[in-house]
Amino acid sequence: MHLIYQIFVDPFVQMGSAPDLLVQTLWEGLVAGVLYSLIALGFVLIFKASGVFNFAQGIMVVFAALTLVGFYEHGVPAYLALALTIAVMFGLAFAVERLMLRPLVNQPDIILFMATFGLTYFLIGFGELVFGGDPKVMIASQLGLPKGAVEFKMAGGFVSLQKIDIAAAIIASVMVAALAVFFQKTRVGRALRAVADSHKAALSVGISLEYIWVIVWFAAGLVALATGIMWGARSEVSFALEIIALKALPVLILGGFTSIPGAIIGGVIIGVGEKIGEFYWGPLLGSGIETWLAYVIALVFLLFRPQGLFGERIIERI
Amino acid sequence: MFYREVGQYKTNYSADMSVMPLLQDRVGIGIILFIAVVIIPSFGNAFFIQAIMIPFLVFSLAAIGLNLLTGYTGLLSLGTGAFMGVGAYACYKLTTYFPGVNILIWIVASGFFSAAVGVVFGLPSLRIKGFYLAVATLAAQFFLSWCFIRQPWFYNYNASGAIEVPTRTLFGIPITGATASDTARYYVVLGVVVAMTWLASNLVHGRIGRMWMAVRDMDLAAELIGIRLLRTKLLAFAVSSFYCGVAGALLVFQWYGSAEPAVFDVNLSFFILFMVIIGGLGSLTGSYLGAALIFILPIVLRYIPPHLGIPIRPATVDHIQYMIIGALIVLFLIVEPNGLARLWQIGKQKLRVWPFPY
Repeated sequence: MHLIYQIFVDPFVQMGSAPDLLVQTLWEGLVAGVLYSLIALGFVLIFKASGVFNFAQGIMVVFAALTLVGFYEHGVPAYLALALTIAVMFGLAFAVERLMLRPLVNQPDIILFMATFGLTYFLIGFGELVFGGDPKVMIASQLGLPKGAVEFKMAGGFVSLQKIDIAAAIIASVMVAALAVFFQKTRVGRALRAVADSHKAALSVGISLEYIWVIVWFAAGLVALATGIMWGARSEVSFALEIIALKALPVLILGGFTSIPGAIIGGVIIGVGEKIGEFYWGPLLGSGIETWLAYVIALVFLLFRPQGLFGERIIERI
Repeated sequence: MFYREVGQYKTNYSADMSVMPLLQDRVGIGIILFIAVVIIPSFGNAFFIQAIMIPFLVFSLAAIGLNLLTGYTGLLSLGTGAFMGVGAYACYKLTTYFPGVNILIWIVASGFFSAAVGVVFGLPSLRIKGFYLAVATLAAQFFLSWCFIRQPWFYNYNASGAIEVPTRTLFGIPITGATASDTARYYVVLGVVVAMTWLASNLVHGRIGRMWMAVRDMDLAAELIGIRLLRTKLLAFAVSSFYCGVAGALLVFQWYGSAEPAVFDVNLSFFILFMVIIGGLGSLTGSYLGAALIFILPIVLRYIPPHLGIPIRPATVDHIQYMIIGALIVLFLIVEPNGLARLWQIGKQKLRVWPFPY
């Protein structure tokens, strides 16, 4: 009886008695969710256009952030470093298409998935070789990102919002809007959607797969760079960040592999659910339930909608 | 010419259905077993047995387990590491509660615990497919890892948070714990792995294996011809987790001697998945070949530069090793996406028609 009370009553009493804490937790969850969404967005872009489940997205985030900081540390001005990093990400996209995807065309999904594992390992080794394994400080203020916190009073307490988090949320929304316009309105975007529907049909109407893949990996690289800057500004840039790729997976299955809005909404649900769960139910189970709560939330959703919230309906034919 | 089936007639059904109908296969297996049972323990040094052969066999067993699920039934799982952990922790709990019972019984019994957990986390597989399922099995991975770290009951509330393997004997000879000799451990691992490979081979060649493969090839069609999907998939999860559980128990009890929860993290799952895919999906031989390649490659890479007299810092070696492994995986997938097992088949065909090209 006591346990039931602890599970179903206590946390809500806590929420009601300290609304400022609740809002603070919600905000933290929202911000974490936005960052998860950004990683998931990189996954979705590549999955939509090539059917590749790109496990390397997490390490691409780290790699982009490290490249940016690395350039800056070698005396390159911040904005020039940003431009150079974008060039590096383009080079990476080009190399991936040329050396990895093109020889593997028409292989089963699991083989391509495995190949992105290979890419992950390669980038880990390469990144550590070039930049060293030490954590680095993101050059947030040099790039003109705000610092400090905004505080406002609420129900007898304070809620403090980090400015960098607000910036992250804004940048994420802008990026999603830009991607949506890009996908829906431009010629390349239409070609991307055609490739996503069917490689063969796209080829037959004269769309070059190679070109599309470079574009889409480059777009994923840009998303990775934005994620790396945001996430790096919150903590620091290190290879431990790679683990956030695993955090983005439940977001991905919750939202559906093929849906950009799904990635965003999934991210927010997971982020908020995780923080609320950890804060209010965590002490009950022993701390650290963050590590699996997201997966369990996603799993429960999946049982009702096997294609995720916004994924394309899976139709099977004999 | 070296590998010819000509003249080997089968005169009854059981001979026709045997797993190895060719004399050459039987001789080959005999030679391999002879090397494993006699030559390696008598000529191999302690390092070779302890650091290469035992882990190779343990990983092969885990790879077979995952191959039954992913290669034969077509269900992608990333929870292997956790299922191995369940086996290891179950074995530890059992042998500390009931020290009198033979450890071999507990090693096998721990597989059943793992199988039960596998069935629970396999339940979503009826509705979820492909990569969605892979991510769903990650739930098992993270939840179980968390249990091993945060729930002190699993490691008997000891201060280090790790499990220590007690010494247990078989016929008066210690086979686990600090005093057990390398050879004794090796024989235990070899015995278990050979027996379970034989079992797996019979499973996949029989009715159950055919049901699994039908589900893998197309589960809707399999359902239409009367295969019960839920049962078949859950059976695959159970058997696969059983194998992984035993492999996990062997990993801790016969190789590490003690283990922290970090051993069974998601990287172990990926590691086993590499073995299965590089070795060849849907092939037991492939599981062995994959385990050999993926496990031994880093060791070889580590020992080559000092032997060539190239002075490199150990950290740099680590990084380059990562790069080489990553590049090799991609290269290997490009050259032979069907894995080492396919290479072996091509080799057999070449031996069959030698000295002619075809």
